[in-house]
Amino acid sequence: MKPRHKRFIAIAAALLALGGAVALVLNAFQSNLVFFFSPSQIASKEAPVGRSFRLGGLVQNGSVARDKDGVTVRFAVTDTAHTIQVVYRGILPDLFSEGKGVVTQGKLEPDGVFRAEQVLAKHDENYMPPEAAAALEKAHGGKKQ
Amino acid sequence: MMPWFLASSLLLSIVGLYVAFFVAPTDFQQGESYRIIFIHVPAAWMSMFIYLVMAGWAGAGLVFNTRLSGMMARALAPTGAMFTFLALWTGALWGKPTWGTWWVWDARLTSELILLFLYIGFLSLTAAIEDERRADRAGAVLALVGVVNIPIIYFSVVWWNTLHQGASVSLKSAPKMATTMLIGMLLMALAFWMYSIAAALLRVRSIIREREPRAAAEV
Repeated sequence: MKPRHKRFIAIAAALLALGGAVALVLNAFQSNLVFFFSPSQIASKEAPVGRSFRLGGLVQNGSVARDKDGVTVRFAVTDTAHTIQVVYRGILPDLFSEGKGVVTQGKLEPDGVFRAEQVLAKHDENYMPPEAAAALEKAHGGKKQ
Repeated sequence: MMPWFLASSLLLSIVGLYVAFFVAPTDFQQGESYRIIFIHVPAAWMSMFIYLVMAGWAGAGLVFNTRLSGMMARALAPTGAMFTFLALWTGALWGKPTWGTWWVWDARLTSELILLFLYIGFLSLTAAIEDERRADRAGAVLALVGVVNIPIIYFSVVWWNTLHQGASVSLKSAPKMATTMLIGMLLMALAFWMYSIAAALLRVRSIIREREPRAAAEV
């Protein structure tokens, strides 16, 4: 074997070993790498108790309500299987709206209400002009919840 | 050849920016702010792709012991670092109006930040070692180790829940964006390609002149 073949094999083996090690580490940290928990995960008690974590899902249609003080917002986050009630005091991002994705950080109260400290809007990877979106909406009209 | 790449980069980015600002339609939920995609996505693509090419040259340098490989890797690194910074910066500018935050520690954003540190680490490591050949070899090892980060960046939005949305354009599925938007983005990506090639060629030429004055005289 020529030296350069040896070097190539050594480097390839080292890279493979490194890749394997990283894959194992990432696998081990899987649960810590989760940016947010879904309402279903909370329902099955996977989310941390008494500690701040992020809750992600869709804002349920027709659930957004403002308290009389004008800054407290109540809404429900759903993944269509389970729903969590959220209370938040503060400014909502522009893209926050019913039926759209949201990620919110806070604590789950003993009464099952999620007290949010921060609300972030999560948008999807679809980009289209408003006319196309309106046409799509029309086509799907009956199916939307 | 270098001026041709530079000229086509300039031309493509003019056409690309025109499409981006005047031809492509407004987005249905983000309005005008989505237009930052025309810089953000091509920059992010380049940041990852340049790293792969750089690591490829670095690996070739270690295996074949050629002198040019190390020079190519070092010529590519500053451009890659610039695109990584650009992707992070435009991402922050984009995140503020849409998500409501400049920065979150989600898997996609964090791994892209690590990529920036890898580039900076490569640049400072190779700059710190006096002997050029040893600097090339040390940098090559770092570049190859860092390669594991690239699939992590790319698949982070698939493997984990992230605030960052999934890919709009991928090889496996139809693009999830309007055609004119896609054209603008691809034009910008092509412009960035041309710029990267031009910048790398220019930089490698000056490295050759610096290291091997006699060989350079013949080029």
